[in-house]
Amino acid sequence: MKPKVIIFSGYGLNCEEETAFAFNLAGAVSDIVHINDLIDGLYSLSNYQIAVFPGGFSYGDDTGSGNAFANKLKNHLWREIEAFVKRDTLTLGICNGFQIITHLGLVPALEYRYGEKQSALLHNSSARYTDRWIDLEITNSSPWLKDIKTLMLPIAHGEGKFYASPQTLSKMKKRGMIALRYIKGEICTYLDLEANPTETLENIAGITSENGRILGMMPHPERAMFFTQLPHWTYLKEKYKRENKPLPKYGPGLHIFKNAVSYFTN
Amino acid sequence: MPFRIEIISTVFDTRTEVRKKNLHKLGFKSIKKISIVDVYTIDKRFKREELQEISDTLINPIVQRASVSEGISPPAFSYALEISFLPGVTDNIANTAKEIITDKMKVSFVPPENVYTSQITFITGDITSEEANKIADSLYNPLIQHASVVSYKTYKKQGGMPALLPVVRLNAAQNAEEVNLNITDSKLKDLGKRGIIDKNGKFQGPLALDFIYMKTIQDHFRKLGRNPTDIELESIAQTWSEHCKHTIFADPIDEVKNGLYKTFIQGATHTIRAKKGKKDFCVSVFHDNSGAIEFDRDYLITHKVETHNSPSALDPFGGAVTGIVGVNRDAIGFGLGAKPVANTYGFCFGNPDDTSFLYRDSALTQPLLSPRRIMDGVVAGVNSGGNCSGIPTPLGFVFFDNRYKGKPLVFVGTVGLIPKKIKGKPIFKKKAQRGDYIVMVGGRVGKDGIHGATFSSEALSSGSPVGAVQIGDPITQKKLSDALVKEARDKRLYTSITDNGAGGLSCSVSEMARESGGAKVELEKVPLKYPGLSPWEIWISESQERMTLSVPKRKWKELSELLKRRGVEASIIGTFTTNGKCIVTYHGKKIMDISMNFLHNGLPPRPMKTTPATIITESDGIKEPKNYAGVLENLLSRFNIAGFSFISEQFDHEVGGGSVTKPLVGKGRVNADAVVFRPLLTSKKGVVISQATYPTYSDTDTYRMTACSIDTAIRNAVTVGANPEYLALLDNFCWSQPDNPEYLYKLKKSGEACYDYAVAYQTPFIAGKDSMYNDFKGFDGKGNRVNISVPPTLLISSLGIIEDIEKSVTPDIKYPGDLIYLLGDTQDELTGSEYYSMLSDSRGGKLLTGNRVPKVDAKKNSHLYRYFYDAIQKDLISSAISVGRGGIAVALAKKSMAGRCGVDVSLKGIADNLRTDTILFSESQGRIILTIDPKNKMKFENVFKNISHFLIGKAREDNKCIIKSNRGETIVNSDCNILLKSYRSTFKDY
Repeated sequence: MKPKVIIFSGYGLNCEEETAFAFNLAGAVSDIVHINDLIDGLYSLSNYQIAVFPGGFSYGDDTGSGNAFANKLKNHLWREIEAFVKRDTLTLGICNGFQIITHLGLVPALEYRYGEKQSALLHNSSARYTDRWIDLEITNSSPWLKDIKTLMLPIAHGEGKFYASPQTLSKMKKRGMIALRYIKGEICTYLDLEANPTETLENIAGITSENGRILGMMPHPERAMFFTQLPHWTYLKEKYKRENKPLPKYGPGLHIFKNAVSYFTN
Repeated sequence: MPFRIEIISTVFDTRTEVRKKNLHKLGFKSIKKISIVDVYTIDKRFKREELQEISDTLINPIVQRASVSEGISPPAFSYALEISFLPGVTDNIANTAKEIITDKMKVSFVPPENVYTSQITFITGDITSEEANKIADSLYNPLIQHASVVSYKTYKKQGGMPALLPVVRLNAAQNAEEVNLNITDSKLKDLGKRGIIDKNGKFQGPLALDFIYMKTIQDHFRKLGRNPTDIELESIAQTWSEHCKHTIFADPIDEVKNGLYKTFIQGATHTIRAKKGKKDFCVSVFHDNSGAIEFDRDYLITHKVETHNSPSALDPFGGAVTGIVGVNRDAIGFGLGAKPVANTYGFCFGNPDDTSFLYRDSALTQPLLSPRRIMDGVVAGVNSGGNCSGIPTPLGFVFFDNRYKGKPLVFVGTVGLIPKKIKGKPIFKKKAQRGDYIVMVGGRVGKDGIHGATFSSEALSSGSPVGAVQIGDPITQKKLSDALVKEARDKRLYTSITDNGAGGLSCSVSEMARESGGAKVELEKVPLKYPGLSPWEIWISESQERMTLSVPKRKWKELSELLKRRGVEASIIGTFTTNGKCIVTYHGKKIMDISMNFLHNGLPPRPMKTTPATIITESDGIKEPKNYAGVLENLLSRFNIAGFSFISEQFDHEVGGGSVTKPLVGKGRVNADAVVFRPLLTSKKGVVISQATYPTYSDTDTYRMTACSIDTAIRNAVTVGANPEYLALLDNFCWSQPDNPEYLYKLKKSGEACYDYAVAYQTPFIAGKDSMYNDFKGFDGKGNRVNISVPPTLLISSLGIIEDIEKSVTPDIKYPGDLIYLLGDTQDELTGSEYYSMLSDSRGGKLLTGNRVPKVDAKKNSHLYRYFYDAIQKDLISSAISVGRGGIAVALAKKSMAGRCGVDVSLKGIADNLRTDTILFSESQGRIILTIDPKNKMKFENVFKNISHFLIGKAREDNKCIIKSNRGETIVNSDCNILLKSYRSTFKDY
């Protein structure tokens, strides 16, 4: 059975289509569902195994990125969401989705206190929206990140500087909830760019809930599902051609979606 | 009694550091510390505990602290500056806050109840009150905002900042007024120019109607035996405006009886389509909101480029947001709605280092914003508009010339994707039917944008209406766009759609009414942002994020329910009819009754005469430079060549997942001239877009300027892999002084070249737009009159297809040892070149012109492009760049920088009769520099055996850039990292 994915849309979320495409490519079945259709009961979270808050600009980042959409979820769907995450399900927040689930208190949710804001995503140090590629190292054992050691993906955001109090951070570290950190790897070396473009705390780019099933990440894996999305693919093409190697079809980001699918199929 | 919720960061707020740095750069070096407090002013009664609850929903307590009705300030500061919006200015954050409060507290806001936002900047440092005011000036725009500057002492005495409520209070006439046209000719002329005088004796704003138009209108109403109402006259002015009817392109000019547009632009497309026959890929050209070509069996791809110059001069941020979300609606308004899949931009600004002020009025009280501020605002505006809408913005350019100081040019474009058929029926065709409801969807109507269309048909001067300023709301539009193109369209819930852009409802309704044959509007049904607008204002307001639909009665219920669930407002405001009239009523009273025929076809032609432009051909002796490396580094750091990664990186270019080649290419992240993206993730096909403009060539020869722009746009697209036989073009003319016969001559020559070269290349025009009044009339700091006109500027954009995205080519040199070839011939063509611009600058701005603007040999070049395409299909090209501004030298440097790979190049054999600087910097068209794997040498040379090609060198193992002259001397001995440093130096701190 292919796992069923629900991808939220509406009010300025905007990465739902390519995110659905990535999940389908990985072997899942995705529904893009407008938040109001969930509120109106046309869809139910209880029919899904995977919930995704995709990237975008919900409410234009007004009152703080992710805040307004999280408020709406809290006001209308909180019980269903809480029940969903307490089941054996997977939840993913990408970029604006990460900002939403941070405000919603799905991550880090220390002591499983879902619904409590425990961390924040602040303005990048440049105070400017930035779209560029970064390298990541994977530092925990979330099912989303199984068998991945490093990843190159793009980021595109203005508010992605992770913050938590020293106490919260130390607990998160002890419990293995820091999932992704910026490092200088293949793509930063290639493009000669610094590892941490936002000056985020301790290079943190993604975190999970205590059980690892909820992942919030600033980078966009769906923008790296194909080989031709890589910034240096035309160089790699020449290289592979001269080495008589075939061109890869997919990019590194697809692994994350495949992991989610195999969590339910294996 | 309004409540203020003030919010401050409890952890380090990076915005404060950035603001401090920016203010230091402006010279306010004594600022030690900045604190920022965000304020929500809630003008509605709530209990104290309710306000606490509200403030909790507006913050993240981990990093923020809120205070209800008590000012928050740092313990010590020197001045506090609060910046708030003026009444009626779009306040997006406040609207979201209102929505949050409504949803959380289950209440509704009844006007005048409202929410307003503002921001306080606390400044600590040794500054005077005069400096504090200057700092405020640098942070706010008096056309849309209000600033309060308060010292520490006053702040403490008052117990915080004074509460300000920007409530809109209007007392406009609630009916349509008759306008007397039985007046003298001179009064009639004045009425056409300055507009209607309202009941308070004030001008309502420019009608921008020429005397000959006013006479025609006078005659028309005399025949009807009555005077027009203000709404009728305003409506005609909108529809007949240069902005809407493009009269300069439509009217006879010299021997061109059918006008420039029909003869040269549309004419070229007709000729090309007829010749292409079965190979014709155009599907919908000129008549819809965008132009469309076939993408594949099932889809069309659309493109449209607009300008938003005048509003961006007044409020760069708001003008640019409005521009980009406005052109998105040209995609959404194509057929029954195309999905926007990519944005493009092009900015022409004055010199950003120029700090001398210009004024709109002789009293010197209305300064123009500086080029740098305009630039920062425009870039931020496209950032906000494009990023918030979730549409990638992968391609654009910036161009600087101080003749854009009076009026910047802001080009914005949107590519769309639309299926050919839904449920077996074509959806790129539309027709409003008799009896269909006229439905306005999206935002509400306010005073914003009134007289936008007539205003952009005039030079910018002190009479420019402030109401012309608008701020876009990308999220309202995103909701609207998603609901239409992702849902309602595919259910076929409407029969036609168009954008509410220039002229607002007056233009959109009367445009759509042509499809059915008439319309009847009940104006009081239009939802307003606030009460008190006059009917004519409602009718012509350009409030943003609105579309007009025609909805069959039986579909209304389903449509309105869907839109309601998507948070989109929709209102029936009338019915489409077939009686040949556009009728408007207001609370039952008929206030407008104009025949469709008069409205659309009543304007008389105004034949134009031109005078050949005098060309300055003097050219003084330029000595060959001694230090070529120095010249090259200098060129790379020039505004018009330097890398602008700070713009490319802040515009999301990867959303949608279709990115194939990036705006910054190679290891060196050099700005690309064209990009490839995939609009459909299921297909291997890609879309190629490129741009070209050569304003500096216009001073000498607009015919050649146009030819070069067309050739370069085509070449840029072909260089990344587009099929040269499957390319469409878009034209955007931004001219000046349209009353000057010499400028009209330049326009005519440009039109001629459009025809000649489009036909020669078989690249049809599919859409275009012109903006004719890019002039500024004002005063310098000493009160002297100043007129500044932009150089005639033509932007050519291309739209093409690449069959297999894996064939895309980027400019970066990939491998050491690869052979470097130059395709195409090099001539002595330096007029208007960046090299000459550089030399003029070093001589204090004296233009070195001569009469050697590059001449384009279309036949030869199109041959070359076809063989080049062939070579790409054979996988022979490892990297390629189109030779453009700065000539061979800059193109080579870009390849080397992009690949972080040195080069060994000899100029011998390219054009041995020319001087070395001419060979290096000439901007001759039709040239491409490329690299190949040495093992493909035979195959490559075989493909190009009948085409000019020169093996000029090879890629090095190290970073050195060596260029030898045709005499064999080493003239450049540099390093790609040194060149890169120059290339990146100019905009490093932007």
